[in-house]
Order: sequence, then C-alpha cells, then structure tokens
Amino acid sequence: MTATPAPKEASKATRQRPGSDPTEDAQPIMRRVKTKLTSKWATAAAIIIAVVWSVPTFGLFVTSFRPAAKQVGPRSDGWWNAFVDWQFTFKNYADVLTPAGSQSANLSQYFVNSIAIVIPVTIFVLVLASMAAYVFAWGKFKGRDALFIFVFALQIIPLQMALIPLLQFFTQTLHLPAGSYAQLWIAHTMFGLPLGIFLLHNFISEIPGEVIEAARVDGAGHSTIFWRIILPLSVPALASLAIFQFLWVWNDLLVALVFSGGTADVAPITQRLAEISGTRGARDYLNPAAAFVSIIIPLLVFFGLQRYFVRGLLSGGLKG
Amino acid sequence: MEFIGEKLLQVVIALAIFAAVIGLIMLLVDRAPKSVKDKVTVAGFLAPAAILMLVGLVYPAIRTSMLAFTDAGGNANGFDNFVWMFTQPEALTTLRNTVIWTVLVPLLSTSFGLAYAVFIDKARGERVLKSLVFMPMAISFVGAGIIWKLVYDYRGPNIEQTGVINFFRVALGMDPKQFLLDAPENTIFLIIVMVWIQTGFAMVILSAAIKGVPVELIEAARLDGANAWQQFRNVTVPGIRGALVVVLTTITIATLKVFDIVRTMTAGNYDTSVVANEMYTQAFRAGEPGRGAALALVLFLMVLPIVVYNARVLRKQREIH
Repeated sequence: MTATPAPKEASKATRQRPGSDPTEDAQPIMRRVKTKLTSKWATAAAIIIAVVWSVPTFGLFVTSFRPAAKQVGPRSDGWWNAFVDWQFTFKNYADVLTPAGSQSANLSQYFVNSIAIVIPVTIFVLVLASMAAYVFAWGKFKGRDALFIFVFALQIIPLQMALIPLLQFFTQTLHLPAGSYAQLWIAHTMFGLPLGIFLLHNFISEIPGEVIEAARVDGAGHSTIFWRIILPLSVPALASLAIFQFLWVWNDLLVALVFSGGTADVAPITQRLAEISGTRGARDYLNPAAAFVSIIIPLLVFFGLQRYFVRGLLSGGLKG
Repeated sequence: MEFIGEKLLQVVIALAIFAAVIGLIMLLVDRAPKSVKDKVTVAGFLAPAAILMLVGLVYPAIRTSMLAFTDAGGNANGFDNFVWMFTQPEALTTLRNTVIWTVLVPLLSTSFGLAYAVFIDKARGERVLKSLVFMPMAISFVGAGIIWKLVYDYRGPNIEQTGVINFFRVALGMDPKQFLLDAPENTIFLIIVMVWIQTGFAMVILSAAIKGVPVELIEAARLDGANAWQQFRNVTVPGIRGALVVVLTTITIATLKVFDIVRTMTAGNYDTSVVANEMYTQAFRAGEPGRGAALALVLFLMVLPIVVYNARVLRKQREIH
C-alpha cells in the first residue's frame, strides 16, 4: 500500500541477523548492549503484551470445544473454568460442518466455496501481475514510469468506491449470472492487481540485466524469457504475494457481501460466519467452533509460510 | 458431498479458459513480425491487467464520483448528499467516529508494536514471541469480531460472567459492563480490536528496522552516558524514521477503510458506525446509492493526501535508479 525508503533498511536488517554478524569483534559489543537494554521491566512488559495478545484467540479455541450448556444458558460460565471441570466435546464442530436441518450452519459447503474462490484468484493475480511487472521493469515504451506510478496510486481507491458501478457492470453489461463464482473471481483479481504489480515489479527490476541480455543473444523471445527466466527467479516474491493474496481473499467480507448473492452455492465462509454470528439465538454456542473452522486455514498458511509473509511485508507493500 | 465435484468443475473450467487466453497472448507475442515485436509484447503483456484495472477501478471510481451528486432516483441533486452528511446527527456521528479511529489506531498500534519490538529485540525466543503478536494479522476481521465478542461478553450482575474482562471487573468488585452497547466509549472497544490486529504488522516492520540501526551508534551513545531511554529516543527512533512513516501511513489507510469489524460486532448500531460501514449501509441496505457514493468519495479524499505523498516518494526513488 505504501512505498517509502524503509524497506531498504529493513531488508538490510534481516540479512544481518544477530549472531551471524560478519565481524568478529562486533559480537561482544552486541552482547553488552543487550544486557543494557533488556531490563527486567522490559521483559515483564513484553510478556504482558504477549499474553494479552494471545488470550483472546486462546479463549475462543477453548470455548469451541465446550458443551453447549457450558456456553449459553443458566449453567454457563467462562471458558477458563474448562480447566477445572474438564468437559470437552467435538459435537460443536460436527454440528457446524454437517448439514442438519434448515437452520444449520452447514459450513463445509461455504468452506469449499472459499477454496474455490481463493485458488483461481491467486493464480490469476500472480500470472497477470507478473506479466505487467515484467513489462514495467524491462519493457521500453513512452510514459512507462508515469503509468507505473498511476498503477501504484490505484491501490488507494477504496473498494467501497468501486463496488456499486462494478456490480452494475457485471449484471447489466456482462450479464454474469448472480449465483456463480465468476463475479467474485473477476472482482478480486481486479482489486488485487495494483498491489501485485507493485510488489513484483520491485523484485523483477532487480534481476540483473545481463541474465536477460544473454538469453536474448541466444535467440530467446519475450515469452520464453518471461516463463523460463523471470518467473523461476522471482519465486520468493511470487510466494509472498501468493500468501498475501490468499489471506486477503480468504478473509474478505465486503467483496463477498456485494457479489456472491449470499447462497451456499457461492458465498465464502466469512460471509456465513458473519451471518450466523449476527443472529442471536439458541445456536449461539456454535459461533466459536464456526469461527475456528474459518481461521484454521489462514493460520496454517501463516505459520507454515511465515518467512515469506514477513519478507513480503518488508519488500514494501501491504494491501489495505 | 456431490457439491464438491460440481464446484471443482467450475474452478477447472475457469483455469482452462484463463490458460487459453494467456497461451494465445504468448503465441501472438512470439509470432509478431520483428519490426513491431517489442510493441506487441508490451501491449500483450500489459493488456489483461490494464483492462481489468480500468474496468474494475478507474471506471468505477469515476462513476461513483458522479453518482455522489444524485439522489435515490438517480436525478442530479447537487451537493445534497454532502449537506446530509455534514448536518444529520447520525451521519455526523459516523464522521466523528472515523476521525477517532484514524487518530487512535495508527498511534496505539505503532506505539505497542514499537515498544514490543524494542523489548524483545535479541531476547531468547524472539521468534515465538513475535509470532504470538503477529498472529492476529492472519485472522479475518470477521473472526476477530467473534473472538472479541467473547472477550467483551456480558451477563447480568448476579450470574457467572463469561467474558474475560467482565470476570475481572466483577472480581475487583465493579459492575459488569455492556462494552459494545454503551456509547460513546463502545467505539474505543471496537478500536481495540483493530489495534490488536495491526500491532503485529507495526512490530514486524519496526523490529526489522531496529536491527538495521548500527550497533556502533548505540554503543557510542552508551559510552557518552546515555541511559536506555535516551539511547532509544536519540539513536533508535531517528534511525527508523522511514519505517515509522511506512507503518503509520499503511495503518492509517487500512483504518480509514475499516468495515468488517464494525459490521460483525455492532453492525454500526449504538453510535459506532464509521464511513466505510455507513457507505455499505446506505448503498446496499437503505437504497440510497447517491449517499453511499458520496461517503465513498469522502473516504477517497481523506486517503488522497497519503497517496500523493507516497507517489512523490516513489517518483524520487525511481529517479535515483
């Protein structure tokens, strides 16, 4: 979302990890500085922040395994009591995932929808953005830099501004059926491109010119260079963009609300979650389990690929 | 489970169509006569993204700007929507809340993130400690809304509390509080959720920047007799100024557009609405697309100075290259 000088400092910093410092005599200095700065109070404050930041998620996790009567109704109590009376159940998860009755959360359908939405969008954005980024980095045409800054600025158009006209365009001009994935795929791809082009351009423009020149001398055309040289060399940047795009689309609610039509055929899991948590009733005890089903995939992606995720942040952009 | 097969088929068809289009472009680029080859390449590689962005962002932005000056029936009504926005009490509350959000969220997230980054710098288990605070970034705003509804949960004064905070309030002898219902402080409790999410982002960027500050500088300051606070204030902070600007602007923009948290936690009721949420309500629930568009335009104008600033920085960077 923003481009400023910081990422440069930042990426320099990640390379120069503590302990892996190239100069021998920097080590003792570092250690002395460390003893000076990490006082008892700082440690205590850090632990408090870490606890405060993790307790909410942990509470949800514990609650999702507690029996319905413990969550709502006269015999309910706080989730921390679970460690005293030790009652856990998988029933909540079974209930949210299976279609049982018309009031059912039926999350498995929506879960599949989320996957069916997010995978094509991620591929579309990666391919189209890297093609554009390649041209912005290595193509020669008039107004290239001005156009690139314009694309960068597009990131800042609030999605809210685009929704009404785009919906009209989809339904009235293109006649896209309301109950299909097509609207969501196209809309998400459109909104993901500016950030994608910006992130990948930063990376692709750093590829040494000699590599590309050598391929040209050997008679390689643009498409060969792009698929055989540029893309394989850009894998780290592609990975971090893929994670961003994945998380962003998976976690989206606004685009889904406007374009999905809200049925179990198309709507993603976030939309269903917002629906069932928005209505108060006898099935309130399912909310924590439902929420956990929806955050488990992003959490897995996040913990599995954290390294790339952080690298993506540091290479200078974030979608808002 | 037959629905999976049908959905999968749609995905496969879409991917096949996409592959065919891209393959066609590559074929055209390769077969183009030598004299125009470079031009065809530029056009072919750029066209899909350019068309999508024109249709999906540029054209809608222009349309919305025009829509902002029409009423519910689509007739031009001058500045009526803006007059409504700046005179109606509910609309004014929305604007006030947005200002509170955009001031508090960047400030608090950056402060917590910076403090945490400094405290855990080079500490044992730094990576795990970072993950704990960074984790909320991966959770959807909807999920975060449910997590925090549980934290803020309220029960009557004489029964067991199920929310953590009310549990502590009762334990300390206070009355339980309806955190999301009592205006105006309920806005603050929604803001806390956003701070919870954004602090991890601030922490990661600032932590990397702190590691880039030369150790020699800090050591020199220490030898000059600076205490920990002075070292932080006079060496570390100036050294990470660039990163601080990135973090503040990024979080500010994200905050201006915040929608999901308000939508899932209070749906904008009890005086908690913000511009992004009110825009959705007006355009898609209340049948007032003109008002919705006007709110979106105001949102854009609020973000514009930040864009202009960043575009200028970007242009400077490209000139140096």
